[in-house]
Amino acid sequence: MKRLVHCLLLAAFCALLLGADFDKRFNDLGHKMMCKCGCNQVLLECNHVGCSYSERMRDELTTALQRGDSDDLVLQAFVQKYGATVLAAPTTTGFNRVAWIMPFAALGLGIFAVVYVVRLWKARQPATITSAAAAVELDEYRQRARQETEL
Amino acid sequence: MPAFGSYSLLLSLALSVYCFVVGALALLRPRTPRADRLGETARRAGMGIFLALSCAMLALIAACFQNDFSVAYIFHHSNRDLSPAYKFSVLWSGQEGSLLFWAWLLSAYGLVLRWRHKVDTRLVAYAGVIVAAVQVFFTLLINLAANPFAMMVGDLPADGNGLNPLLQYPEMVIHPPMLYLGYVGFTIPFAFALGALIMKYPGEKWIHITRRWTMVTWLFLSCGISLGAHWAYSVLGWGGYWGWDPVENASFMPWLTGTAFLHSVMMQEKRGMMKMWNMWLIFATFLLAVFGTFLTRSGVVSSVHAFAQSSIGPWFSTFLALIFATCMFFFVRNRKHLESENKLESLVSRESSFLFNNLVLLGACFAVLWGTLFPVLSEWVQGTKITVGPPFFNRVMTPITLFLLLLTAVGPLLAWRSTSWESVKRNFTIPAVLAIAVAVLLIALGWKPWQEMSQFYSMMAIALSVLVAATVGSEFLRGARVIAEKTGSNLLAAMVQLTRRNTRRYGGYIVHVGIVIMIIGFAGQAFNTDTEKELGQGDSMSIRGYTLVLDSYTQDDNPNYGSESAIVNVFQGGKKIDTLFPERRFFKASQQTATIVANRSTLKEDLYLVYAGKSETDRPILKAHVNPLVMWVWIGIWVLIAGTGIALVPNAAPLAVRQPSRAQAAAVEVGD
Repeated sequence: MKRLVHCLLLAAFCALLLGADFDKRFNDLGHKMMCKCGCNQVLLECNHVGCSYSERMRDELTTALQRGDSDDLVLQAFVQKYGATVLAAPTTTGFNRVAWIMPFAALGLGIFAVVYVVRLWKARQPATITSAAAAVELDEYRQRARQETEL
Repeated sequence: MPAFGSYSLLLSLALSVYCFVVGALALLRPRTPRADRLGETARRAGMGIFLALSCAMLALIAACFQNDFSVAYIFHHSNRDLSPAYKFSVLWSGQEGSLLFWAWLLSAYGLVLRWRHKVDTRLVAYAGVIVAAVQVFFTLLINLAANPFAMMVGDLPADGNGLNPLLQYPEMVIHPPMLYLGYVGFTIPFAFALGALIMKYPGEKWIHITRRWTMVTWLFLSCGISLGAHWAYSVLGWGGYWGWDPVENASFMPWLTGTAFLHSVMMQEKRGMMKMWNMWLIFATFLLAVFGTFLTRSGVVSSVHAFAQSSIGPWFSTFLALIFATCMFFFVRNRKHLESENKLESLVSRESSFLFNNLVLLGACFAVLWGTLFPVLSEWVQGTKITVGPPFFNRVMTPITLFLLLLTAVGPLLAWRSTSWESVKRNFTIPAVLAIAVAVLLIALGWKPWQEMSQFYSMMAIALSVLVAATVGSEFLRGARVIAEKTGSNLLAAMVQLTRRNTRRYGGYIVHVGIVIMIIGFAGQAFNTDTEKELGQGDSMSIRGYTLVLDSYTQDDNPNYGSESAIVNVFQGGKKIDTLFPERRFFKASQQTATIVANRSTLKEDLYLVYAGKSETDRPILKAHVNPLVMWVWIGIWVLIAGTGIALVPNAAPLAVRQPSRAQAAAVEVGD
């Protein structure tokens, strides 16, 4: 009897876990795909009445998950059926990788360029200020900096 | 009325051409009384454009109110039973009308510019000619390619197709004008910048002249974007306010470059640096404003806003190429005029923080542009079209935004020219400890940043927002303490005085606070949840502590639309806390439906109900969302507006000090 109760509890726990996993996967995958009705919205966010695609596509997603297909397999099947535009974001393979890399590469390059240029300018400046005029100018700047930052 | 409108359009084209050609001729000639008189005629012609376009616009509105369906535009975008408020919005609901509206707004800006020409007549004359050149393009467009007064062919229809149901919402009456005021307004700083470059205008005076123009324009654009987000949240019924649609992206890009410009002009004003950078920033902002229109009107990219493919794409691409070529030509010719008076001396300085902030804002702009155009590039390279939707933008833009937040926190702690690391560490310690404490508190409250990336980003966003708020707060406190000490006033009064003494600086800080409040709101998205259920009378559904019970549903009808509403009682902890009425409307003329969302909004979360229609068994389908922290987004926008408003107010007079020993000082000098 005790063993039976343990088994039932374990089964219930597994069912709960599976249910949670199913919902999460449905939600994740549903947000990785676009509705194909032409509304240009993510599958799970397409909500207009009379949409001829969203309900059918959600049912297909549910069926695929119940069948036990992996995420990759589900996405692949949808791409085969509806074309590459069904995916809400570019894949990380082939030329599509450029889409992901480019923004960060551009930003990184920009930061590198700024750091390089500032260091270059800094290196070209005279190490010490010799003239009295320059010293006066520096005092003015110090005064201004104090006003602006220290009040 | 259509004939009157058409003639007004033609007149506006003639006046624009006159203003541009004669204005340019007057500037090219040596300065003589005769050239001045010629320039004056151009200026008056420029003011006349406003009158001509106002007549055209009024003619279109009148045709709409008269239900004149002989005008194709009115037939396609209006109907007899449309309410008067929305008859005005017909003006910007379609391509031809919105281009007329664009041209009219530009003429209104031009009118103010030419009216206030005494600031610096020569520079204003240059700016006026450049504005006229832009005006020529738009008046050409509405006369030749997208005429709002084009007539219907064949039998006259009895009623129109009606206004797009999505546009029949109060915010839609003000959202497009706000957005357009933002888009079009950037023409003025652009014209001043190009004019200053052409005439090798000495000093930074053009920036002082255009500062208010730029800030007001930026404020309009911010309000326009925010209203659009609020409209999307209230009408589209998918539970979100930003979907990274190309039309949304088009408005966001000039906002990002405009923000970068507003920051970097301070470098030019204070230290005579970044002159080339600023010039190109304002050029880019204007180009992006025009490019946004091209993007959404040409059909190059598909958009949820359903703007059909049209023939005006080539017009815009030619115009963009012409603007770019003109900017490049004068930049190459006069670039020596833009050489910096000073150079960056340290990586740890206020200057470099502005520069990095600019870089990140431009990086964000590039990422949005890149994502928007990548489908076109992919089709060109691979032969297959792909989608670049919200998952891409969210993943790319979130780290960039977090980096920007970090810079926003560090920037105010740095001094001009150079700051020692010790000083940074000293000023940074308390805000950093506060931010870490908040992160620890969030984990203690049950956030699991190690499990999900979205939760990690949300936690970082909130912690960094606290960091920014703490640095801004310490700046206020530091300044207020000095003032309180010198004037004997309390700390709060001292803070008000401090802000009034340097509205630009402290108004700017308030804008930063607004942005961080918004970011806290965005962070809530990681915990959004939703559920959907068919509900019969008395049935209930549950979502995150709320129990929703369908009391009944009701129907209504008016000449324009029929509607169905669900009456839903909301319970929490067994106690009734509210009744919500999600609604669905069916518009008769266009035969289309629209959602009116019911929303119970608190600081903690929104309970967002959508009446998604009826099932096959005739039972209402309700979709419920719980979206945490959304109200923070709208509060942040109000703070941003308040901060910009403060920054626009002129500084108050210096403070009189209390202590007799310091009386000779006469005034307390504070801030920049």
